[in-house]
Amino acid sequence: MRYSYYPGCTISATGVEYGRSIDAVCAALGIELVELEDWSCCGSSAAHALDHELSLSLPARNIALAQPSGLDTLMPCPACYQRTLNADKHLREDEGWRKEMETLLGFTYNGQGRPRHLLDVLGNDLPAEAITSRVKRPLKGLRPVSYYGCMLVRPPELTGWDDPEHPVLMDRLLVALGAEPVSWSYGVDCCGASLSLNRSDVVKTLVGRLVAAAEEAGANCIVTVCGMCHINLDTRQQGTQMPIFYLTELMGLAFDLPGREEWFRKHFTNPLPLLKSLGL
Amino acid sequence: MIETVTSFSEIIEARSGEPVRTCYFCQKCTAGCPVVHAMDYQPAQVVRLILLGRKDTLLRSTAPWLCVSCETCGTRCPNGIRLAPVMDVLKEMALQEGVAPAEKKVYALHQSFIDSIRLWGRVHELSMLMEYKLRAIDIFTDIGMGLQLIIKGKIPVLPERIKNLEQVKALYRRTGR
Repeated sequence: MRYSYYPGCTISATGVEYGRSIDAVCAALGIELVELEDWSCCGSSAAHALDHELSLSLPARNIALAQPSGLDTLMPCPACYQRTLNADKHLREDEGWRKEMETLLGFTYNGQGRPRHLLDVLGNDLPAEAITSRVKRPLKGLRPVSYYGCMLVRPPELTGWDDPEHPVLMDRLLVALGAEPVSWSYGVDCCGASLSLNRSDVVKTLVGRLVAAAEEAGANCIVTVCGMCHINLDTRQQGTQMPIFYLTELMGLAFDLPGREEWFRKHFTNPLPLLKSLGL
Repeated sequence: MIETVTSFSEIIEARSGEPVRTCYFCQKCTAGCPVVHAMDYQPAQVVRLILLGRKDTLLRSTAPWLCVSCETCGTRCPNGIRLAPVMDVLKEMALQEGVAPAEKKVYALHQSFIDSIRLWGRVHELSMLMEYKLRAIDIFTDIGMGLQLIIKGKIPVLPERIKNLEQVKALYRRTGR
């Protein structure tokens, strides 16, 4: 299986352990990732807040770069994924704008190289046995809640997710790893990450609510597939020690892949005591 | 030429693509908004103010700047109105008309972020955060966490510059930035 790979800016910065665990897990699963040559930032939350046009043209450049290979583009970051889907929709529907972009970026849009989020690829492109057959250390005793956040599933007319209010794809993968995911009703509630630096007062309220809800559900960790959610939940919880894992870190743990100690040491809320107590 | 778009709500509809005039004020948007507690006007009130043509009030409101574009309102709206693009239009309009952003630090971060992309083609957190701190006049908040991020290797010291930066700059020039 081959995919074009758009890591996004977070992977070489605050999400470095996300990137490393993706590399390790994809290699173990036989998923070949071909990094998009000379990719640029999608503009994330900032571009659309200040300049609508820029929020469309920045991801359009990456769509132009991804197209020639004809491969789907795997994206680990929900913000990159959602912004790129949005630009793709405009390329499809707005002929005048598409022609302008084609001239400026030197390509002819043909709809190839679809943006795909990592969770979608792991959960929908692989047969279930591909995961279960690689599990060497079932994650027994790990009781995660699946946290999808906002941008991965919404707006549903762009993302086409299974259920924008209560998706279950991550739970399925966690069960395949031998974990015991628990139900909660906050899986698609926003953590407010884009206000993490400039209105941390607002964000501490949101993160506190999520962590309290996870505790109330009986969870011992939160699992995410978003670099922004991870750093926000990991650093902005107050007076609690709820470990926040990337899904790919847990896959690496269950597959017994090397290098994972180093991923976990990058966290602010130390997950090692929990793993140790469970013999993982 | 005759002016065919006369009301503020029509301008908002045209620019956002969202049918705000179909709102019947069920307030689902307000009820599901995660940041409503910090806003001066709640999402449903923002829609009502648009319908009333209260442009000056809206361009000075904190609500558009605090909206996190989580799209909860748009997903649940029975009339299919997404407020995230509407809030974006209000922010863009405030900037175009020279109204000072009602949440200065929120604006400062967005601006520093897009400046960083113009400089490198990708975001370089360290220099972006330094620009933000100068813009926000907020040097010391989270400095300890920043240092820990650098020590943990989660904020690269040196930026990565893309090869075809000229193409990204052309995208910026096109928007007049």
